[in-house]
Amino acid sequence: MYKKHSFLKKPILNLFLLTVVIILTAAPLFVLQGAEFTGTDDQAKKVIGELNAGYQPWFSSLWEPPGKEIESLLFVLQAAVGAGFIGYYIGFARGKRDAEKQ
Amino acid sequence: MRYGERILKEVMVLLGSRKHFVFILLGIFLVVPNIAYAMHIMEGFLPAIWSILWTALAVPFLIRGFFNIQKTVIHEPKLKMLLGLAGAFVFVLSALKIPSVTGSCSHPTGVGLGAILFGPTTMSVIGCIVLLFQALLLAHGGITTLGANTFSMGVVGPLVSYGVFHLLKNTGRPRWLALFLAASLGNLSTYVTTSFQLALAFPSETGGVIFSLTKFLGVFVLTQVPLAISEGILTVFIFNQLTVYSSNELRELSLLPKEHMHV
Repeated sequence: MYKKHSFLKKPILNLFLLTVVIILTAAPLFVLQGAEFTGTDDQAKKVIGELNAGYQPWFSSLWEPPGKEIESLLFVLQAAVGAGFIGYYIGFARGKRDAEKQ
Repeated sequence: MRYGERILKEVMVLLGSRKHFVFILLGIFLVVPNIAYAMHIMEGFLPAIWSILWTALAVPFLIRGFFNIQKTVIHEPKLKMLLGLAGAFVFVLSALKIPSVTGSCSHPTGVGLGAILFGPTTMSVIGCIVLLFQALLLAHGGITTLGANTFSMGVVGPLVSYGVFHLLKNTGRPRWLALFLAASLGNLSTYVTTSFQLALAFPSETGGVIFSLTKFLGVFVLTQVPLAISEGILTVFIFNQLTVYSSNELRELSLLPKEHMHV
């Protein structure tokens, strides 16, 4: 599909794609100085509070990570397991392809 | 799924060409006020009746997805690893809380890739598993809202991705564009659905469901736009890797033509 643009050789193209993602991710940090980036669901809770002031959540989480650090540990764990498998898959597929070529 | 596919195509035609879509996105950027934290619906924040309704709506997709996965595992064991990859992609992306233009964070969903590879209902199951993990261990989302969140992230998102991909592929658009738009729109539609679910459960006393909907869309969607773009790019990236290293598997899934040499 990239035949027409021979200057966009595959590794360069992939590098370019990842660079765009990094820029998209990092840009808000520089553009919005002073923003807190507190990524929780509090804002939606606030809107619910405005719309229906009497609403009380009728169920609370069975278990909550004790503290921010533990929570981020578990999120990192989730990402690491996923990324680990993706790396394993690419390596596995590459080895298989090379073996088939011979 | 044939019928559902056709409906999706009709909807896409109604929504207009992708040029229009770009303008709509720009419009959202300019008009929607500057608030937002986003993600799944929090534990206990959906009245019981709605929890039950959304669970009931999600269950048929889960059952179908379960049988689809079973079929893949039994009849096409070669594709098991690729199925694992689709799951791992969801695992990574939904763990990454990414800063957005609104000054808050949200995360991508990653379900588009798997929906394109294995069909939408397979991702209902995988989405549900990830949501369950996050609800139990991370207090993110919730058990009572699992059905609603599965419906938005595991049913609507993958259906939109699947529909957009096949619609664009059939009209001869380049594959990267089909992949990019499929994943991005799947991501956005997940959070549009979340907004609908909250608006239906919390209609405003003065403005009704519509007013609530604009409120929740303001919270959820704007934050999601750059993340949707990132998810689209990452999906194209991973798919590029697959065309190089897993071309046999992709041919088996009819996603690459026979004897196609990727450049």
